[in-house]
Amino acid sequence: MPKYTLQVNGQSRSVEVAADTPLLWVLRDHLELVGTKFGCGIGQCGACTIHVNGVPSRSCMTPVSTVGRMKITTIEGLAADATKLHPVQQAWSELDVAQCGYCQAGQIMTAAALLKDNPKPTDEDIDGAMAGNLCRCGTYMRIRAGIKLAATLTLATGGAQ
Amino acid sequence: MNTPLLSRPVDRRDFLKFTGLAGGGFALAFYIRSGGDAAAAALAASASADFAPNAFVRITTAGKVTIVSKQPEMGQGVKTSLPMIIAEQLEVPFKDIAIEQGDFDLQKYGNQGAGGSNSTPNNYDNFHLVGATVRTMLVDAAAQTWGVPASECRAEKATVVHTSGKKLTYGQLATKAATLPVPEKSAVTLKQPKDFKLLGTRVAQYDTPAIVTGKPLFGIDVKLPGMLYAVYEKCPAFGGKVVSANLDQIKTLPGVKDAFILAGNDKLKELVPGVAIIADSTWAAMSARKQLKIVWDEGKVATESWEGFVAQATAKAAQPGARVLRKDGDPDAALAGAAKVVEANYVYPFISHANLEPQNTTAHWKDGVMEIWSPTQIPSIGTGMVNRVLGIPPEKIILHLNRAGGGFGRRIGADYLIEAAAIAQKVNAPVKLTWSREDDMKHDQYRPGGLHFLKGGIDAKGKIVAWKNHFFTFGEGGSPGSGGSLSADEFPGRWIANYQADQTMFDTGWPMGPWRAPGSCVFPWVFHSFIDELAHAGGRDPLELRLEILGDKDEMPAGTPPGGGKAKGGGAPYNVARMRNVLKFAAEKAGWGQKKFAKGSGAGLAFHFSHRGYFAQVAEVTVTKDGELKVDRFVTGADIGAQVVNLSGAENQVEGSVLDGLCVLKSQEINIERGRVVQGNFNDYPLMRITEAPAKVETYFLSTNYPTTGLGEPALPPVAPAICNAIFAATGKRIRQMPLSRVDLRWS
Repeated sequence: MPKYTLQVNGQSRSVEVAADTPLLWVLRDHLELVGTKFGCGIGQCGACTIHVNGVPSRSCMTPVSTVGRMKITTIEGLAADATKLHPVQQAWSELDVAQCGYCQAGQIMTAAALLKDNPKPTDEDIDGAMAGNLCRCGTYMRIRAGIKLAATLTLATGGAQ
Repeated sequence: MNTPLLSRPVDRRDFLKFTGLAGGGFALAFYIRSGGDAAAAALAASASADFAPNAFVRITTAGKVTIVSKQPEMGQGVKTSLPMIIAEQLEVPFKDIAIEQGDFDLQKYGNQGAGGSNSTPNNYDNFHLVGATVRTMLVDAAAQTWGVPASECRAEKATVVHTSGKKLTYGQLATKAATLPVPEKSAVTLKQPKDFKLLGTRVAQYDTPAIVTGKPLFGIDVKLPGMLYAVYEKCPAFGGKVVSANLDQIKTLPGVKDAFILAGNDKLKELVPGVAIIADSTWAAMSARKQLKIVWDEGKVATESWEGFVAQATAKAAQPGARVLRKDGDPDAALAGAAKVVEANYVYPFISHANLEPQNTTAHWKDGVMEIWSPTQIPSIGTGMVNRVLGIPPEKIILHLNRAGGGFGRRIGADYLIEAAAIAQKVNAPVKLTWSREDDMKHDQYRPGGLHFLKGGIDAKGKIVAWKNHFFTFGEGGSPGSGGSLSADEFPGRWIANYQADQTMFDTGWPMGPWRAPGSCVFPWVFHSFIDELAHAGGRDPLELRLEILGDKDEMPAGTPPGGGKAKGGGAPYNVARMRNVLKFAAEKAGWGQKKFAKGSGAGLAFHFSHRGYFAQVAEVTVTKDGELKVDRFVTGADIGAQVVNLSGAENQVEGSVLDGLCVLKSQEINIERGRVVQGNFNDYPLMRITEAPAKVETYFLSTNYPTTGLGEPALPPVAPAICNAIFAATGKRIRQMPLSRVDLRWS
């Protein structure tokens, strides 16, 4: 098995896994980071969304061998300061966005990336950016509201960038 | 309408028992048994049944208050809302309470199933009593400590305060309280609704911090020391068996620890035959699975197809049904004499649950004990199956309940749980079984499809005078699948003088199971669409015609034909006054009839009673000329009784139901060809995306003087007909087929 040293949430983490192992399963099975979720395995649902060098990416479609030393951020590392929440996490908490909550890590990662690029998104911007993240429970109205609230919250230091 | 109307509290005998906690705190386990009256018997017939041992509160000497939540959490919010009831009576700030998910423990907690929107109504009164009893004991402890009458003391913010101003915290009182006898129910004063400070407010789910930071929470997140990972391949055709597999080759693949065949137990929804691969990681198991070569005996189901049954139904539509579910008056004569007759055929497909968290379970077989971690809705079904299929005695089965990434009825089934347990029995380590998305979609327990061949007659004034329906449904093992049985009392049965409903069933080898509001999730789409057709045929306003159908009577008893007579069974008493009121309420909130819509836009409405809740909904839609549907506004009027428990959770359930109903209407379809499911993932079974979500979803609760009831299901049934009726108003196109992806909505 080849060995990979990954940059995950600001730490170097080494794993020995098959080269084609999707980052999703490296995170979940080998690095104890289970916040990133398995939903479809084909990049359709967005539950596995992480940031690779700040860009939202589908970890279920990202073989570990392609990552190199790129910076990986997962939901566990989204807030730069572990004692604080990222504004998107704060907004999600305040508005009680989740129902089952399974998709929400992916939603939050996509939303955080949107706000980094576009601090004041319109409704259309929000729908466009979030269209790749499925929510089976139907929390889309609250996701829209959550992103708007997050946009107004003071941007904390933010570990996702 | 598949649950009984619970119009009065169940009589109860209460047994309280408490034990000292190590360290001097006190714990109160509250034992309640049902009185065995008619309402309890009616409840026993629904998804949740008895009122056995029930709730659990723990207060330490340090003042830490813990409430155990016994019901499984799957996004319906019970882990937050039910403890809120206890906290309200207990007078402890909700933010200071820790909530623990209880393991499955029949002796300790009683019924732990979550289904049928029963968790709230089944626990509501008990949990008030639990909280109030603990509070009473703490007040008594303070009064005795001070040597004052309890009447001079009151509880607030986890503290007992005397009129003199003296205070003792619950932590300080815990040791003393643990020595007191538990008061009789008659000695416990319940806090009254006018004094509620917590119930009815918006409270974020207790698990929110863990959800937004990605902490392990769900079944699929379970990890145990030394745990192995399993995948399980079943025959693509339902009921197929394994003849042979290249196990020797599979065992040589990287990371693979074992591979073996499970013969199964010949039950469609229990241990289905298949091949298990055990590996040291999920990916190693999934990768090895791609190399599997299995020879299947596909069996007889591999000849059955949806299209084949549709053709048979169409050919038999004009014939009498296999069963007459209900016949009132003389529908044929009334049709013959009607001023106008409308005929319409409605069809809807099988659909999948598509929980976003694929089915999974972790199990560990050690020293004759099966320990299981599972995201299940009704834990007793899973443990019962483990007992029955694997022969493990109940006392040797431990089941931990994990948060589930969506339920929708799917996790009432326990096929994934029994698979994990059966695999674990052959593996000398804890093992987590994870289904792929394709496993989930191709081996669901589906909402059955159906076809309705309807004829309706109206008189010269547009009043509905005749209604005939030949309903074709699908069964497994000789009975209709869950939700595939039309009640003789299904609305508008009982309200139309000349009414006939026939049912013909196609028996299949396809697994079916409860899907959010079984039956109700689709019958109102047919019937409220057809009522709308009749309204338009007679030139009547859809709201006004519905009020005419409902009539002036306040209650329609179960099974009573119009004009009285012998009960025909199958239904529930229907509080017509509640339905009328909530229908008018929703129409008023929506401004029904007040708005002028341009061509391409319009409004529609529908209502339904199910799961003890009365719901009416109004949709406002726009259909573009090129056929794109937008829901501009969706208004729900809800009567779930006197008290909304958690307003945030309640609104979330209604919003989720609206989106679920819209999603099913728009795009969901499971097609079965040669005994196997065609679809496999979200590319060919699309869930709704945020771009399709309505612009505005408004929820209004009409508070009524009835017991508080549940919200997981009853908001969904009128969604699709309200939208389809709005589409008709907007475009003149009547939708008689689901999903809309098969319908051309373009207009000019």
